[in-house]
Amino acid sequence: MKTLSLALVAMLAAAGPVAAQQITGAGATFPAPVYAKWGEAAKAAVGIELNYQAIGSGGGQNQIFNRTVDFGASDAPVDGAKLAEQKLLQFPAVMGAVVPIVNIPGVELNKLKLTGEILAEIYAGKITKWNDAKITAINAGLALPALAIAPVYRADGSGTTFVFTSYLSAANAEWKAGVGAAASVKWPAGNGAKGNDGIAATVKQVKGAIGYVENAYATQNKLISTQLKNKAGHFVEPTLAAFSSAAASGDWTKAQNYAVDLIDTAGATSWPIVSATFILLPKDPKDAARSAAVMKFFDWAYTNGGKIASDLEYIALPKPVQDAVRASWKSEIKG
Amino acid sequence: MSHSLASPAKPLASASRTSSVGDVVFAAIAKAAGVFVLLLLGAIIVSLFIGGWPTFRAFGMGFLFNADWDPVQNVFGGAVPIYGTLVTAVLAIVMAVPLAFGIAFYLTELAPSWFRRPVGTAIELLAAVPSIIYGMWGFFMIVPFMAEWVQPPLIDALSDIPVVGALFKGPPFGTGIFTASLILAVMILPFIAATMRDVFQTVPAVYKESAYGLGCTTWEVMRSIVIPYTRVSVVGGIMLGLGRALGETMAVTFVIGNTNRLSTSLFGPGNTIASIVALEFPESQAGSLKLSSLLALGFILFVISFIVLAISRTLLRPGAK
Repeated sequence: MKTLSLALVAMLAAAGPVAAQQITGAGATFPAPVYAKWGEAAKAAVGIELNYQAIGSGGGQNQIFNRTVDFGASDAPVDGAKLAEQKLLQFPAVMGAVVPIVNIPGVELNKLKLTGEILAEIYAGKITKWNDAKITAINAGLALPALAIAPVYRADGSGTTFVFTSYLSAANAEWKAGVGAAASVKWPAGNGAKGNDGIAATVKQVKGAIGYVENAYATQNKLISTQLKNKAGHFVEPTLAAFSSAAASGDWTKAQNYAVDLIDTAGATSWPIVSATFILLPKDPKDAARSAAVMKFFDWAYTNGGKIASDLEYIALPKPVQDAVRASWKSEIKG
Repeated sequence: MSHSLASPAKPLASASRTSSVGDVVFAAIAKAAGVFVLLLLGAIIVSLFIGGWPTFRAFGMGFLFNADWDPVQNVFGGAVPIYGTLVTAVLAIVMAVPLAFGIAFYLTELAPSWFRRPVGTAIELLAAVPSIIYGMWGFFMIVPFMAEWVQPPLIDALSDIPVVGALFKGPPFGTGIFTASLILAVMILPFIAATMRDVFQTVPAVYKESAYGLGCTTWEVMRSIVIPYTRVSVVGGIMLGLGRALGETMAVTFVIGNTNRLSTSLFGPGNTIASIVALEFPESQAGSLKLSSLLALGFILFVISFIVLAISRTLLRPGAK
């Protein structure tokens, strides 16, 4: 008996009174860099240690459906019926943008102008040369070679693909009917590459290639991105200001379960391919303390994580949305 | 193979009988280990089949021949990855076997003896290189080389010829079925070469010396003495390579182009079973038809590997010619 109590004392001493509260999450790879930075900062600030595994959005949904993690993360919003069935609360964490990248001799950063319509036709294999009349018509000052277009897409199922194909579907009715939007689709043309790095490397290696990556990845690796025409009819460059403008012009009040549509928003300076990424939290947590820690973590991230997010070229949520999410935590999560 | 092994010595009758309990226990443990392997294999097959059952029920045999893979419409067919798996593995064997034979022949018959050890060690080291390294090497070195120097001239020269031209059509991405086969060939080369070298060395010197005594050339000794003597093990080594080529995942994923479209061109992109499973698995939801289709593909890969093994065993049965 004595040894047992001694062992208990030893265990308690080892655990220590100031041990950080651990929380576990799994899912989307798209926001993984910002979650990692938030995790480091939050450990120092509020003593919550985040263990996040970037296993993909689908995997994150599976894990939270099985309740093997404290929260799941997904780029594609989960539909309302499934959320109700699985007793999950869905809320946005942060927003990000996707940008097209190209490798055309003589074309510099953000010089080429493209539209959603043209992107869809390129990825459908209908526009096959860079000097196609549709492209040269909107790029008057640019000398485009008679080079074959080599479209590159994400071969692995990916939230980035979901966002990009959502945009193509919004821009082109034929794409919407024939291919659609999902984490992986039946691509009519082009080659697949694994991950953002695979796309970037393939585009760099193949003359005439076009691909799409998360914006942070494009800026960090100095890839040649393009301009895009937004809904208001203006050509915009992929800048943080253009992303923020898109985030601000999203209609958050109408969105069910915060599944807001930020694709091709109406703002005059908006970048057209912007998306929120979501957190899935059980409404009936097994362990209320851990669930509370998750909410505390994101509360801290909303208030103090904006700088970290914008350093990594992600976009923090607008203040009213943050407050609405905080209200949902209070009303919907059993404590 | 059997005749090259010495038959195991018979246990001595005079061995002590005191440890009969130990014998029984040991025999039971050994038997359990043997049965366990069978059970494990069976359990894997059964669980793959059960996982793939919704797909087989939904698409039937058509799953094998349907080239449509459309996650949005929930239509899945396995023809493209099955075709890609078979074609890349067979092409890799076609490229690797002659080279491996040359290496083994040179090392056992022609090379000066001081040179045999370093080359032999190099081959064994090649076999120890992790497949992800081959993938990266292929992606960053071979793919640009193919895109720049190999594919454009071949496409220009050959693509207008009827029939043959279809094999070389398409934009020069550098990736594709041909590049994947090339990487696979390099990966399985050390296995085949090392096996061939080892079995060529098992040929008793007296056979070869007799042949040389009769006036045979080195090549005639190789063809008439060494190869017939080691035929079984040589085919075994090739099967080992084929097995690795069929299931290779990472290296192929890097260079095959990952496209679920059927391509007649060797330079066209494709997909293999192992690579599509690795790529699509993280984004497949539990209980979805997509996950079931991936498991069904896993089951089919299992069956293909099983058939390859069965065919090799049948061919290698003593007396089969």
